[in-house]
Amino acid sequence: MSTEAPFRARTEHVPAPSRPSKPRRGGSSRRPAHWWIPWAFAAPGLAFFALTTGYPLVRSLQISFYQWSVLPGTDSPFVGFDNYVRALGDPQFWTSVVNAGAYLLMTVPATIAVSLVFAVLLHRPMPARTLFRVLYYIPVVTSWVVVSLLFKYLFSSDNGAVNWFLQDVLHAVSEPVPWLEQRWTALAAVSMLGIWKNLGWCIVVFLAALGGVQQDLYEAAALDGANAWAKFANVTFPGIRGTVIFVAIVQIIGAFNVFPSILLMTNGGPAGSTEVPLTYMYKQAFSFLDFGFASAMSFVMAIIISAVSYLQYRITREKKEARR
Amino acid sequence: MSSAPATLVGTPSARRTPSRRRSAIGWTAARTAAVAIGALFLMAPFVIMVTTSFEPNTALLPNPPHFLPQNPTIANYVDAWTGSDFAQYFVNSAYVSVLTTLAAVAISAMTAFAFARFDFPGKNVVYAVLLAGLMIPGIVIIVPQFILAKSLGMLDSLNGLVFFYTAGQIAFTTFMLRAFFERVPTELDEAMTVDGAGTWRKFVRLYLPLARPALATAAVFAFLGAWDEYVWALTVISDASKRTLPLGIAAFQGEHSTAWGLVFAASTIAVIPVVAVYIAGQRHLIAGITAGAVK
Repeated sequence: MSTEAPFRARTEHVPAPSRPSKPRRGGSSRRPAHWWIPWAFAAPGLAFFALTTGYPLVRSLQISFYQWSVLPGTDSPFVGFDNYVRALGDPQFWTSVVNAGAYLLMTVPATIAVSLVFAVLLHRPMPARTLFRVLYYIPVVTSWVVVSLLFKYLFSSDNGAVNWFLQDVLHAVSEPVPWLEQRWTALAAVSMLGIWKNLGWCIVVFLAALGGVQQDLYEAAALDGANAWAKFANVTFPGIRGTVIFVAIVQIIGAFNVFPSILLMTNGGPAGSTEVPLTYMYKQAFSFLDFGFASAMSFVMAIIISAVSYLQYRITREKKEARR
Repeated sequence: MSSAPATLVGTPSARRTPSRRRSAIGWTAARTAAVAIGALFLMAPFVIMVTTSFEPNTALLPNPPHFLPQNPTIANYVDAWTGSDFAQYFVNSAYVSVLTTLAAVAISAMTAFAFARFDFPGKNVVYAVLLAGLMIPGIVIIVPQFILAKSLGMLDSLNGLVFFYTAGQIAFTTFMLRAFFERVPTELDEAMTVDGAGTWRKFVRLYLPLARPALATAAVFAFLGAWDEYVWALTVISDASKRTLPLGIAAFQGEHSTAWGLVFAASTIAVIPVVAVYIAGQRHLIAGITAGAVK
């Protein structure tokens, strides 16, 4: 498989146009015969979307201003911003935010650094390259439930594989580490899972970006006597900088969304010390049925995540404009 | 893994001269070794999982961990498949995933076609709203979605799962397919117009066949998404006979907390279709993963 394969795969199904390009784009052929034709095609998708995403989003905002009662026939008093005030004054909420921040710091830089190294290594032809690419991607497509339980097993205090590796292979620790029984080691274990699961996705995106770096720049650098590191720093990295930022932001959003791994590896314990915003919100909603409070917390999270997403949108747009 | 940056830095560049060519071969060997070591670390958890699934359950974990089964047995697979409702969970997951895939691809293809093929008033605003929906993490609206599912009578229902999984795929799949439909040359479209074909016929006879690789990619994504999903199923399914595989496996571990062989036999059964679908679609999948990421 050549390095340009991802791009070829995206276009090969389209027969090459006989002329260089169509001059009449936006001309008569893009106008529907009847105004309702495009709407008829889009209607099922838009209806689905409006019902299951648009409406719940508005509803979520509404619920967050009520002390929502789930029992039919009982009152749900309007409480204004009380749920938001309660969330912002709740130490457990802030613990969960700090935990998400710690998870972000432990996963995002490491994931990007390691995946970048492997993408550069995998970029040029080598034996069994396709096999390696497939293997690296398998953790990405595996269910969070399976890998969370698997990592819970690997990080067992008694005879877990990680403790065996640290103690008997590396001799880095003298006692078994009670990974999931204390706050920071538990977060570290969950972070290891996060890195392990996301590496493959980052590598695939970086490989596609590396395929787009202009080859003549490498030849020019070689003529200047640049070594491998100089080429990476002066040609490769500037060429994929936009993609690195894109990957970083997707990973940051992912870190705020960390959820099933915490639920299944620690369930927020011990004593709520590894709770993250989404596990805390989920429990408030479906264990304590406090829908108003949970909705207020989800809205705070939605605002944070939207801000990061907006940043991503702006950067992607600037990148595109810079290319023109 | 830590040796990788060092090999990257220390390697001389270009080719041509014999000594350079020899060092290029050395460089390829070093790269391959580093990548192989990385793959070893990434695959080790799965090796331990499969190994444990073929061993008798013991109260104590083996130390050192086994990377090849000792006293191999298929008892865990037999127990997982017959001793519980696991076969039922597998059927439930297959049903939900296949229906979600068909519905999500069909509906998204029509939506993407409308946005790719036509100019119409309100198009850009509607599309921007759809894209904004991509950025909302599902869990943020899980409370009102639960209330909605309840009022639609979709709690504890596999068809209810299909409905919400399909809805969750539409924004992403539309985004992916639109780019493919836009590449269909207008000449072909116009040729069909000359032959008197209507919009629906063009969609079915021209656009869908040309977008087959894209539809396959979208199908793989939809299938994997539905097959792996856990949180929504956990929220709306309480009847044990309606569990999907992820719910079943998580419940399994809760009930038999030390029967890891059993849990991992169930996990292995659940992972096999995922890996099969991924390998079958992997060439196209890469295009889908990187769509939008690299411009």
